[in-house]
Amino acid sequence: MRKQKRWIVLLVVVLLAGLIFTAGAFAQDDGPRPTPSDDEVNAIARNMYCPVCENIPLDVCGTQACIQWRQQIKDLLEEGWTEQQIYDYFEELYGERVLAEPPRRGLNWLIYILPPAAFVAGAIVLYRGFRNWQKPIEEMEDAAVESEAGKDEYVSRLEEELKNRQ
Amino acid sequence: MVDTLVNVGFGALVLTFLTSLYGVGAALYAYFKKQNRWLDSARNAMMLSFPLLTIAASMIVILLVQNHFEVGYVAQVTSRSMPNYLKVTALWGGQPGSLVFWSWLMSIFATAIALRDWKRDREFLPWVIVVVLVTLAFFLLLGIFFENPFRRLWLTPGGSVETLFLRPAGATLYVPADGQGLNPLLRHPGMIIHPPMQYLGFVSFVIPYAFAMAALITGRTDARWIKITRKWTLWAWLFLSMGLVLGMRWAYDVLGWGGYWGWDPVENAALMPWLAATPFLHSVMIQEKRGQLKRWNMFLVILTYDLMIFGTFLVRSGVLSSVHSFAQSAIGPLFFAFIAITFVASIYLLSRRWGELHTETRMSSWLSREGFFLINNLLFIGILVVVFVGVIYPIMTEALGFVGDIFPSMRATFTGQKVTVGPSYYERATGPLWAGLLFVMGVCPLAAWGSSTWKSLGKNLWRPAAFSVVLPVVLIVTGMRNWLAILAFWLVALVGAVTLYEFYKGAAARSRRSGTNFFVELWNLVARNRRRYGGYMIHFGIILMALGVVGIEMFQTETQKTVELGESISLGDYSITYDSLAEFDTADNRNVSRAVVSVFKDGDKVDELYPRRDYFYESRQQMTIPGLRSTMEDDFYIILVDWQPISTQRATFKIFHNPLVNWLWIGSFILIAGTLVAAWPEREVEKMPLVAKDRRASVRT
Repeated sequence: MRKQKRWIVLLVVVLLAGLIFTAGAFAQDDGPRPTPSDDEVNAIARNMYCPVCENIPLDVCGTQACIQWRQQIKDLLEEGWTEQQIYDYFEELYGERVLAEPPRRGLNWLIYILPPAAFVAGAIVLYRGFRNWQKPIEEMEDAAVESEAGKDEYVSRLEEELKNRQ
Repeated sequence: MVDTLVNVGFGALVLTFLTSLYGVGAALYAYFKKQNRWLDSARNAMMLSFPLLTIAASMIVILLVQNHFEVGYVAQVTSRSMPNYLKVTALWGGQPGSLVFWSWLMSIFATAIALRDWKRDREFLPWVIVVVLVTLAFFLLLGIFFENPFRRLWLTPGGSVETLFLRPAGATLYVPADGQGLNPLLRHPGMIIHPPMQYLGFVSFVIPYAFAMAALITGRTDARWIKITRKWTLWAWLFLSMGLVLGMRWAYDVLGWGGYWGWDPVENAALMPWLAATPFLHSVMIQEKRGQLKRWNMFLVILTYDLMIFGTFLVRSGVLSSVHSFAQSAIGPLFFAFIAITFVASIYLLSRRWGELHTETRMSSWLSREGFFLINNLLFIGILVVVFVGVIYPIMTEALGFVGDIFPSMRATFTGQKVTVGPSYYERATGPLWAGLLFVMGVCPLAAWGSSTWKSLGKNLWRPAAFSVVLPVVLIVTGMRNWLAILAFWLVALVGAVTLYEFYKGAAARSRRSGTNFFVELWNLVARNRRRYGGYMIHFGIILMALGVVGIEMFQTETQKTVELGESISLGDYSITYDSLAEFDTADNRNVSRAVVSVFKDGDKVDELYPRRDYFYESRQQMTIPGLRSTMEDDFYIILVDWQPISTQRATFKIFHNPLVNWLWIGSFILIAGTLVAAWPEREVEKMPLVAKDRRASVRT
């Protein structure tokens, strides 16, 4: 009985393996992929920068090197690579700077966290400041009197003269 | 001849530098020793900067126009084939010349401020002179010692060519047969006017900053410095805005990528001072009307000044290319030190007067004009933070590489690799903030100073709000399902309706009262309240610009294809047919490849366009000039990407359909007109009785 079971398992494994291999063979037999259009290439190139042409996206850069990169993207698409695989490939070869946005990892999180954090902090400061400004004016006047000591000679003289005019 | 030009020009530069230093010293002496004669002398020194720098700049222009290629700067930025007007503009086509040009513009403002009537504000004068002349002296220092435009080319006995001011031992003057010529990208009319506007914006902001510092130092911290500099600030803002718009138009026409703003670090360097100056323009009104936000206004003017220097530093120091080139350049560290010193000194002065800069009145409600201004400030500063972080982060990642070198375990984090922060980051991060600003711009003019109630705000808002809903309803009925775009169009319609309603309400009331024609009263309304209605005109201009931005950002379509002669490419309702391509040389040393393309809309031929690629032999650079069909509805924009040489049988075109983009340019004209209305000088004499009245009132209080 146990032997029979083992044979059944073996049969299933062989069948599955066969299925996988034949499926792969059928997939490869789909024939050549259609040539990717320029628009498909540009859709990927738009999110990339070559390390030489500063601040010019790859899809619009006219240098020979960038034309070759676009051709390479076309070739990779033709070979069946996905968009992400193409980004990864170029990043591995030339570093993070080829990507239009820093990947969300490590130190790069700073750029994604800092601006919203600063905005929220600004909003909180504004809110607290506003509540403070809403305090009765007498309290503020007290604060003003405290700061009188810091006034310079000119202001004191001016206020003196204004009082005299009254 | 060239010796005379070079010596006179350089001599004028050195003299200006020395008189600036003298002016600073004399103004300080006058302040501390209470010597009016020294103050007059310092003022004269400041006024002398303009004629002296005019001589220096004129000498450079003569050298450029007369093709004196033995001068290194001339050989670098001009060539014999360039027309004279381009040779003149080459004054700001390279670093050494642009530093002199910057200083010359600064001297115009220095002279203008020196010539104003100082009777009522004489205590500010010494410190205004000090700040203006220190800034001028800093730029002259760079121009004289590090980026001297008068350096000549010398052939040394060793056979090498060196660029030096003084002749090295045994060397002879080297005169190249021709120069390299101006960078082709800088030959566009937009780029010819863009730098002067940008520089004007930068240098004119020195004036409000100088008054702010004078107010902090002298302790005269009331709103007087703001009242004096109100017009200067508006003019500075106008120049900054014009610089940005011209840069946008240049990018659209010359860079050949179908857009107007690429969030390039150089663009961002120009945008940052504008992002600080705009909230400043708004919040100074709160200080004038309500005596609030004194500290914040001081901070904003300091921030704008230092961002202006920071922008120049970014563009001029080489730090954007690489941190290493910055470290090697002589002017980079100097710029950095100047920014650090001025910022720290300004903040120190602000902290010294912190107690005196307290608010005079209470903030009673969020639903008030000042409440909305505060939100406006928060949103602007939010955008500024995004842009600042986006610009600085790539520099930071490169600069922090040393941490990884010191601590190998942290090498994965501190790689020392520069990263790219592209447009998608900025658009996603700032989009909601821009939308918020539009909303605030719509509601704010309807809120009263002090406080409003929901009821009064609603009463003012309901008519324009009801009118604005028509646009999104029409868009939905006609089949639009892009909800983000519908929201954006609704915001544009709301602010537009509010702004126009403000004009209508005022003019109609005046017309009813006086019985005169509505349009006459509209004119009178604007003429008598130029600041207020100039501001509304600016808002309306921005709304039209926003319409253009929404159109191109949300509805731009594009395609690229290679076609044979006679074949077509389709994009939406449009299609193009490739008719022919010609390659030829021009008299100004270009090789032009120019395609002829027929444009069809819904099957009917509507235009013929000529996208081309120019190759400049002297500089060995190429430039892509799009074929452009512009209407109020849209732009059809064609770029010649590639072609089969000689037979020209086949060519590749990239075409863009940019809906509504022309409203961006139309809006910018209205923005300029509105700023001119608001900033046009008024005689201060007219205001005197009012000022006297105010003073009497304050005395009584």
